[in-house]
Amino acid sequence: MSSLFEIRGLRSAIEGKEILKGLDLKIDGGQVHAIMGPNGTGKSTLASSIMGHPKYEVTDGEVLLEGADVLEMGVDERALAGLFLAMQYPSEITGVTNADFLRSAINARRGEGNEISLIKFVRLMEGKMKELEMNPEFMHRYLNEGFSGGEKKRNEILQMMMLDPKLVILDEIDSGLDIDALKIVAAGVNAMRSSERSFLIITHYQRLLNYIKPDFVHVMMQGRIVKSGGPELAERLEAEGYDWVKEELGIVDETVGQA
Amino acid sequence: MSTPTTSFSREAAAALSRSKNEPAWLVAWREEAGEWASTLELPQPEKTPIQRWTLDVQGAHRPGAAVAAKADLPATITAQLPEQDVDALIVQHNSSVVYTRLSDELKAKGVVLTSLEEAARSHEELVRAHLMTAYARDEHKLSAQHAALWNGGVFLYVPRGVVIEEPIQAILFADDAEATFVPHILVVADANSQVTFVEHTFSELGENPSATLLHNAAVEVFAKPGASVRYASVHHLDSTAIDVTYRRAILDKDARIEWIVGELHDGNTLVDTKSILKGNGSTSDAKIISVGTGSQRMSITTRAVHYGLSSESDMITRAVMKNEATAIINGITKIEKGATKANGQQTEKVLMLSPKARGDANPILLIDEDDVKAGHAASVGQVNAEQVYYLMSRGISREEAERLIIHGFLDPVVSEIPVEGVREQLQRILERKLG
Repeated sequence: MSSLFEIRGLRSAIEGKEILKGLDLKIDGGQVHAIMGPNGTGKSTLASSIMGHPKYEVTDGEVLLEGADVLEMGVDERALAGLFLAMQYPSEITGVTNADFLRSAINARRGEGNEISLIKFVRLMEGKMKELEMNPEFMHRYLNEGFSGGEKKRNEILQMMMLDPKLVILDEIDSGLDIDALKIVAAGVNAMRSSERSFLIITHYQRLLNYIKPDFVHVMMQGRIVKSGGPELAERLEAEGYDWVKEELGIVDETVGQA
Repeated sequence: MSTPTTSFSREAAAALSRSKNEPAWLVAWREEAGEWASTLELPQPEKTPIQRWTLDVQGAHRPGAAVAAKADLPATITAQLPEQDVDALIVQHNSSVVYTRLSDELKAKGVVLTSLEEAARSHEELVRAHLMTAYARDEHKLSAQHAALWNGGVFLYVPRGVVIEEPIQAILFADDAEATFVPHILVVADANSQVTFVEHTFSELGENPSATLLHNAAVEVFAKPGASVRYASVHHLDSTAIDVTYRRAILDKDARIEWIVGELHDGNTLVDTKSILKGNGSTSDAKIISVGTGSQRMSITTRAVHYGLSSESDMITRAVMKNEATAIINGITKIEKGATKANGQQTEKVLMLSPKARGDANPILLIDEDDVKAGHAASVGQVNAEQVYYLMSRGISREEAERLIIHGFLDPVVSEIPVEGVREQLQRILERKLG
């Protein structure tokens, strides 16, 4: 049986500096994988490279979603194929309201002639915003403009809920969230868990994993996955930090591509 | 009917004025301006060689047909209007005002809305006290030409303390390239009054007009103590026409002006919008958008001059440049000596969509007083790649992502247009220009 999502030997560089140095990962349908690691080990580069951020150049490897290589696709095609990246630093876009933006995104999936009706869309968006305890005003605010860090993160989750992706990557979704917001975001993610959808959660802290239980935990260092285990690995990292991993593997400097 | 002529003089100005039966004071006033028009120099906008433009155009007096009912206006105009009656509407067609409506309710409050030509007779004192006192007849050749030739025009007077909820609408329309199309809009808002004025200037001249239409227009707003005026304007003339528009506001104590302007003309453009913050505590807020297309050249200047203590101004200009269009965008904040606690801010942003287009943003602060705040920000750039990536990561195509970002860039002004019909019209023009 083929995996829902698979990364094979992924190498990626920014401004000529190689950050990902041959990364492999396999995620089956319905699974939740967490990637943990100290700062500067390539976690966000992994997320951006999968999604196709223009600043990152993939130099080798494959990223397969249901067997199709997404690296051959444009960024929009990757999204339409079922990838979703909740970004660490979502863009602010003046003049484009949250509602207009999301309606365009939904209609891009539905295709010309099959656009969602305004009423149906508004109901859908209002419903999801309620679940995330978001102020209804945010519907008509310019996209992320003037949103607090926590509001931006909730807005990312809102998009995830409305776009119904197959593979969700959450890049540091917990940073900048207080505990109440974290619980709401986690509830939103948990409500989306299903046998057809998988999650890749990139995080610094194990805190988030108390609320979203991962099936597998991976540690990233030097642009590779260096250790994998179950949820107990995250707990040990939280309790003891990363030094024991470095010691075990003989790693002196875990970072990659730093000046 | 006279024929278009390029020679202009004192005699021509007087003859035209007499032929329209204008009062003696105005004949003499125009005569003097005609003299200056032949002797004064053109203005010299930064990096815009307007001496190469066809500005020595007088045009012919071609009054439109006056109508009693809105429905009898030319179809091009009625298409722009809401079906129901509005409280206040005035329409200029080519060289004259052809329709005016003012509700009885507003008349009863003492509000005056007429053509400026009519007001020169009926409200001589008010007109003489204000006409071209903010924009001087002898400022340069174009102002003198304007003074000598202005026709039709709008006079709006809002009495002391009167608050008008519904916007006053003006349509200025030309479909004859040989016509003299030189409207002057004069707004006098008396103490503590409030009014919104929405002006839409456009033309339909056809493919190969027989002459260059020179729209040499002026707007003067006088906001008396405590008065508040919102002035929205959309300009959209044919690419063969030239749009010269000088806007001026003089603000008394605690008065306020808001300029909301869409410079969407398809041809060469010279516009200069200036607020003179004379009174203490007066405020000015200018929001201007523009889209440059084809090979048009534009000079867009916004100014605020502070005299009053604690006076505040903010100016925002956003322009999208396509094809081989050129725009020189100047923001000039001047704080005079003695204007303590004044605050002048400005931002110019230009979005470049073509390597052959040019957009210069020139923020200028001229400060002659120490105890003030002033700031400026200017940027010229392309569509932000990070923003495009973000939208595309949600499945939106590159084309649609760019369209959303470009329209969004202009939205802070578009969404402020106070009349829905004009706002929709503006959106249609934007769709076409940005298309």
